Amino acid sequence: MKEQINIALIGNPNTGKSSLFNALTGMNQKVGNFPGVTVDKLIGFYPIDENRTARVIDLPGTYSLYPRSEDEQIALQVLGSPGNPDYPAVVVVVVDATNLKRNLLLFSQVLDLGVPCVLAINMMDQACEQHLEINIEGLAKKIGIPVLGISARNLEGITALKEAIRYQIEVQLVAESGTDIKQYAPELIDDIKLHFEIDNDYIAFELAHHYHELAHLSDDKKELLRTLGEKHNFNHNKAQAQETIARFNHINELLFDNVRRPKDPERESISNRIDKWLTHRVGGLMLFFLILFVIFQSIFTWSAYPMDLIEQAFLHLENALLGIIPPGIFQDLIVGGILPGMSGVLVFIPQIAILFLFIAVLEDTGYMARVTFMMDRIMKKFGLNGKSVVPLMSGIACAVPAIMSARTIENWKDRLITIMVTPLMSCSARLPVYTLLISIIVPSKNVLGFLNIQGLVLMGMYLLGFIAAIVSAFVMKLIIKTKERSYFIMELPTYRMPRWNNVGITIFNKVKTFITEAGKIILAVSIILWFLSSYGPADTMKNITNKYEVLTFQEPTKKAELTRMMSSEKLEASYAGHLGKFIEPVIRPLGYDWKIGIALITSFAAREVFVGTIATIYSVENEGGHLETVRDKLKTAKNPDTGQPTFTLAVSVSLMIFYAFAMQCMSTLAVVYRETKSWKWPAIQFAYMTGLAYISAFVVFQLLK
Amino acid sequence: MKLRKLSDLQPGMKAIIDSFTDEELSIRLLEMGCLPGEEVEIAHIAPLGDPIAIHLYGHKLSLRKKEAESILVK
Repeated sequence: MKEQINIALIGNPNTGKSSLFNALTGMNQKVGNFPGVTVDKLIGFYPIDENRTARVIDLPGTYSLYPRSEDEQIALQVLGSPGNPDYPAVVVVVVDATNLKRNLLLFSQVLDLGVPCVLAINMMDQACEQHLEINIEGLAKKIGIPVLGISARNLEGITALKEAIRYQIEVQLVAESGTDIKQYAPELIDDIKLHFEIDNDYIAFELAHHYHELAHLSDDKKELLRTLGEKHNFNHNKAQAQETIARFNHINELLFDNVRRPKDPERESISNRIDKWLTHRVGGLMLFFLILFVIFQSIFTWSAYPMDLIEQAFLHLENALLGIIPPGIFQDLIVGGILPGMSGVLVFIPQIAILFLFIAVLEDTGYMARVTFMMDRIMKKFGLNGKSVVPLMSGIACAVPAIMSARTIENWKDRLITIMVTPLMSCSARLPVYTLLISIIVPSKNVLGFLNIQGLVLMGMYLLGFIAAIVSAFVMKLIIKTKERSYFIMELPTYRMPRWNNVGITIFNKVKTFITEAGKIILAVSIILWFLSSYGPADTMKNITNKYEVLTFQEPTKKAELTRMMSSEKLEASYAGHLGKFIEPVIRPLGYDWKIGIALITSFAAREVFVGTIATIYSVENEGGHLETVRDKLKTAKNPDTGQPTFTLAVSVSLMIFYAFAMQCMSTLAVVYRETKSWKWPAIQFAYMTGLAYISAFVVFQLLK
Repeated sequence: MKLRKLSDLQPGMKAIIDSFTDEELSIRLLEMGCLPGEEVEIAHIAPLGDPIAIHLYGHKLSLRKKEAESILVK
């Protein structure tokens, strides 16, 4: 095994840090977790020489070492504690050549932590276009560590950078920023250094600032730091403001000698002109809704064919295996449980890939920041964020990729609320349920000559989902407490062309994460549900099989019909059937019988399974493939006790409302778990949505009854 | 010269940052390059009247009106 050497990559957002990460490591990446937080840890590898591999950690983008979000704390946690397993041998600080001044603040802080650094000045090509003259050698001489000009998008300077990293691994040059930190709290810094056995002033100073949010510190140590701060009258805000201003003064001096820039940068004004249109009062909003519409349509239409293909491929595979594996439990498990479960995971890939294609392009071009800018005002009122618009709209197609896309929201509370309410948007899996129920209760007639009533009711269901999402968000805004103060100071990056290899890598990583993390939960629950609905008490099941074997023997011409009746009876006798009967008292006030109860349970795998289960229970011909046959059967279905139709107006509307609100989707729950890294939020989500569904369906049924 | 709130400026108007009225917020602003002595220009206002976009040397920031109120300019 080769020796691995940690290299950390750090920089402000929008400096092309991910481009550089991709340029250094290529496809040799993996996504991991930082302990205790919801932030993804991106690690990539490249060979240094025959014996050593560089393990590159992409730290989340941050403007300074004073973290304001969970993401930003990571940088301090890794760089501020030499005992950390990710503590780097060399830190590469990536800065934007066209905005050196602000970018160098972070660099100056990282330098003072006492780690060997390499300064990579990225986007040199754009600096050149803007006629910016940067004296790289002058900067290197003045700072005292390797400084390189690169252009990660064009892969320029990558070899030289790797060479500089190698040099720093050997030589371990450290420098100081020239800012005297100690003057802001001399006694406190000395005290902390003594108590914590630290020899670096700035690490001690950072501890004084951030002890309460550093996960690796024990409670005793936090308490000690708190008392030390009190003892020396440490004013956190004042010290930080003084430090920041002092650093900028120093940076100004550094840049004064080494950077020459023209009066009015040209490209910036092009970007401004684009902004005038894209954030225009009327045009900007219209364009945004047009883009949303295109995304939504594409998820629906482009994914239909590949999704169908995946499902067909699995059906073929299942049929083929039926011939190969001998009948028995093993065959049942593979063909009835595992393969459909896998198909249920893979079928999401087209939607996830398409949504992230759009999102990656919107992010990469800089348009996403404008979306936030335009929508902030409305969304803020409901406890959401300007960026929540994209997940909410995508939720109409499918909540799974939609919730993954909430990752772009930096503020944790806003992001959490977005994740919590997105599943209320009517997703495409509800569509077959709505269509079936609407076709039972609403006649297919036109009003005003062209508006189909069924279509209007369907639209009403979508609107209902949207209103429920917005109202729930508003309620959660009042309930969920957060320490983070909500700021909206955000950079509007210059527009640029998307980098297609970055877009590709984003899509690849998202799909991979979904399959490996949410996929296994979905697969496991699919197998459980398969077991529940195909097995029951052994005697009963055996009796049913025997009974129908005899009947089929007697009347071979009716074989098809008898098989259907057997499936129906078996489902009733299965564990799922028992569960359906078990929950009947609970769902009776909503107007449902045990048959619907079974469908509620099985459709937890995916809502559209409702149609198939109902078809099996009412032993509909043609395996429930055709909606018309199911509909006709349900219209005539009678309650055996009362002789009344089962699917009355009240029952059907109650069911539609239930499906609109209930969290009947384990894939979504699995993704929420993956995105929030705890079972707490999916559990709350399941409880509140089911509660909302139950109460609403109850009220509707009792009113219409 | 009289100090004004940055939020009172109209698009296209330029000013020099003087000071901040909210200590905690000021640190965030400093980090983003909003320094006393820097020139700012109101670039444009969001379609719904809030937030606003400002130009600083070399880059563009957006902030809510309420946040802009804490920046005094001359």
